[in-house]
Amino acid sequence: MTKNIMIVGVGGQGSLLASKLLGHLLLTEGYDVKVSEVHGMSQRGGSVVTYVRFGEKVYSPIIDKGQADFIVSFEKLEAARYLEYLKKDGRIVVNTQEIDPMPVVTGAMEYPKDLIAKLEATGANVDAMDCLTLANEAGSAKAVNIVLMGRLSKYFDIPLEKWQKAIDECVPAKFAELNHKAFLLGRGE
Amino acid sequence: MKQLMLGNQAFARGLYEAGCSVVSSYPGTPSTEVTEEAAKFEEIYCEWAPNEKVAMEVAFGASLAGRRSFCGMKHVGLNVAADPLFTCSYTGVNAGMIICVADDAGMHSSQNEQDSRHYAIAAKVPMLEPSDSAEALEFVKRAYELSEEYDTPVIVKMCTRVAHSQSVVETTDRVLPEMKPYEKNIAKYVMMPGNAIKKHPFVEERTAKLQALAEDCYFNRVEMGDTKLGIITSSTSYQYAKEVFGDNACILKLGMIHPLPKKLILDFAAKVEKLVILEELDPIIEEHCKELGLVVTGKDVLPITGEFSQNLIAEKLGVEVPAYSKLEEQMPARPPVMCAGCPHRGLFYTLAKNKCTVLGDIGCYTLGAVAPLSAMDMTLCMGASISSLHGFNKARGEESEKKTVAVIGDSTFMHSGMTGLANIAYNQSNSTVIILDNSITGMTGHQQNPTTGYNIKGDPAGKIDLEALCRAMGFESVRVIDPYNLEECDRVIKEELAKELPSVIISRRPCALLKYVKHEAPLKCNPEKCVSCKSCMRLGCPAISMKDGKAVVDVTLCVGCGVCKQLCKFGALE
Repeated sequence: MTKNIMIVGVGGQGSLLASKLLGHLLLTEGYDVKVSEVHGMSQRGGSVVTYVRFGEKVYSPIIDKGQADFIVSFEKLEAARYLEYLKKDGRIVVNTQEIDPMPVVTGAMEYPKDLIAKLEATGANVDAMDCLTLANEAGSAKAVNIVLMGRLSKYFDIPLEKWQKAIDECVPAKFAELNHKAFLLGRGE
Repeated sequence: MKQLMLGNQAFARGLYEAGCSVVSSYPGTPSTEVTEEAAKFEEIYCEWAPNEKVAMEVAFGASLAGRRSFCGMKHVGLNVAADPLFTCSYTGVNAGMIICVADDAGMHSSQNEQDSRHYAIAAKVPMLEPSDSAEALEFVKRAYELSEEYDTPVIVKMCTRVAHSQSVVETTDRVLPEMKPYEKNIAKYVMMPGNAIKKHPFVEERTAKLQALAEDCYFNRVEMGDTKLGIITSSTSYQYAKEVFGDNACILKLGMIHPLPKKLILDFAAKVEKLVILEELDPIIEEHCKELGLVVTGKDVLPITGEFSQNLIAEKLGVEVPAYSKLEEQMPARPPVMCAGCPHRGLFYTLAKNKCTVLGDIGCYTLGAVAPLSAMDMTLCMGASISSLHGFNKARGEESEKKTVAVIGDSTFMHSGMTGLANIAYNQSNSTVIILDNSITGMTGHQQNPTTGYNIKGDPAGKIDLEALCRAMGFESVRVIDPYNLEECDRVIKEELAKELPSVIISRRPCALLKYVKHEAPLKCNPEKCVSCKSCMRLGCPAISMKDGKAVVDVTLCVGCGVCKQLCKFGALE
């Protein structure tokens, strides 16, 4: 059975490293893997989506509505925006950080309130955490992506050492220590 | 070794393994990474050309000289390169020549959704269409063999989902073919009427031979399953079809999209009860099947616009799709925006303030059309800002000349703005052209260009002096402004619009995302001084928002450009 992980966020938040880490790890675990990214216009502070799919044989590079086993969201509003992609009984791992989109910045709309409660009310399994604080604790606000990967790792039967090895292979050596710390903080260890 | 590769990276790997020696391209999403990845191989000479036409002619020259060559572009780039394409179909090649064209169904980053397959048909050259990274690598290698065996350039067509998806590939070593001898051959390579007349029948014979090949070749294959349903498909649509139907359908997967086979399709059709054609955009395979007398389901059920997906195909063909939940309330959209500190912002603010009519162009600065700036009236294609401005001014006269401008980026200006500028210099309209020189090709992810002084590898290169170029064309008034300085922008734009002669303004400040650009300390808003006038909000800067009636600066985004500070009459931004 193909498993689907959707990574959503705001352009510039570092979702490409998260998908690189997952792709690398899952390939090492012997799965067929496809990772689909967005480039160009959609990166400029816009809403961005990356699809990671793995299993015995993966065909489509994208995830469609009602198909995601996991939505990993770098930002609260983006988790709500892509809720339709979540499978029944799927899980949302979400950073509670709020980044105002332009209609909110200009005052044309309000940033939606109580989003976590609203997501939970739909029956979704929601795992919400303040990744930005944990990333800063690890040493850099940019480590939000690895904090999220740490939290996501709790839901996989892949030994911790394998995740750590994948981090070593995917991030520059000078940031390894910071990222390992961020990963463990996200994982809650 | 198995590894995950982006489709574009696998394409570049194919170029490397096949012994491609010369690459010339112009960047364009979703094709850019093919050339960027190829440039990482020391064995391949790579360059960014000023535009796709130049790139294709460079690749043709390298092929003529005897080395395998390549040029890459997005779908609209092939419009620019169509001129050499149609005639190098007649001349054929010496060493193999491959053209990558990357379509953008769904228009993730494009101004239109044209289907490049029409070009292969019109130019009468073979076109291959891989459906994942492994095929991209393998098709490129085989495309060189086709090119040399059939004496033709070969187009390998990518699309956003193949170009920008990673899937598993296996790599091998590079094999560099011997350089082909160059022999003068006027009948083959000089396309004047007497020679071209003899070459056209050659092209028709070549297409007939390629069609015979299409009947039984590596690129086209049948996957038998339940014979109740037969699907003819290609590219990413093949992946969606397999996702939805698995073995519950027979699939004819076409990797060679031009020319299309006949017997292969008729034999396949004879084995299945119902025939469905799955292809994004135009009904090209469908029309071909109809000409063969087949009854098919295609665009009568499936959309001609936008991308496909597994759910879309399932739904249209009567397969159940998964249920999902959604929130009732409407979420605020998050469209792409100009970055905090973007040098274009101050200029567009000034144009909006002066109520200018702005004829725009292709690049990040097209985002100047987005609210609250809304400072753009038109965007068509690369270079159209300048030529259209001339036409606009010729039609409306002085009234328009005093308030209408063209805005065009440095790279777009080099691509096809220069010829439009030559027209203004020659045919004389009192037009005001603004070149937004941010010292890089921004939107496609920071590629060098002829005005930056660096080549694709980041090494020092020739640098075109924009001021000198414009003056040499005959523009007496060429002025440089700093878009971070609103007073200067306002004054110079007013002065140049008022002048009774054509003029060029160069708005110069490097892209705020460039690594060498030093940022100032972020600004803060003093809530005691902020009177909630919202003047600063007119900039549409993502770093400024209103919280509890006061402006707030997001310190993680602000780069201290200070443009907002110039708008605050109360000194609240400090």
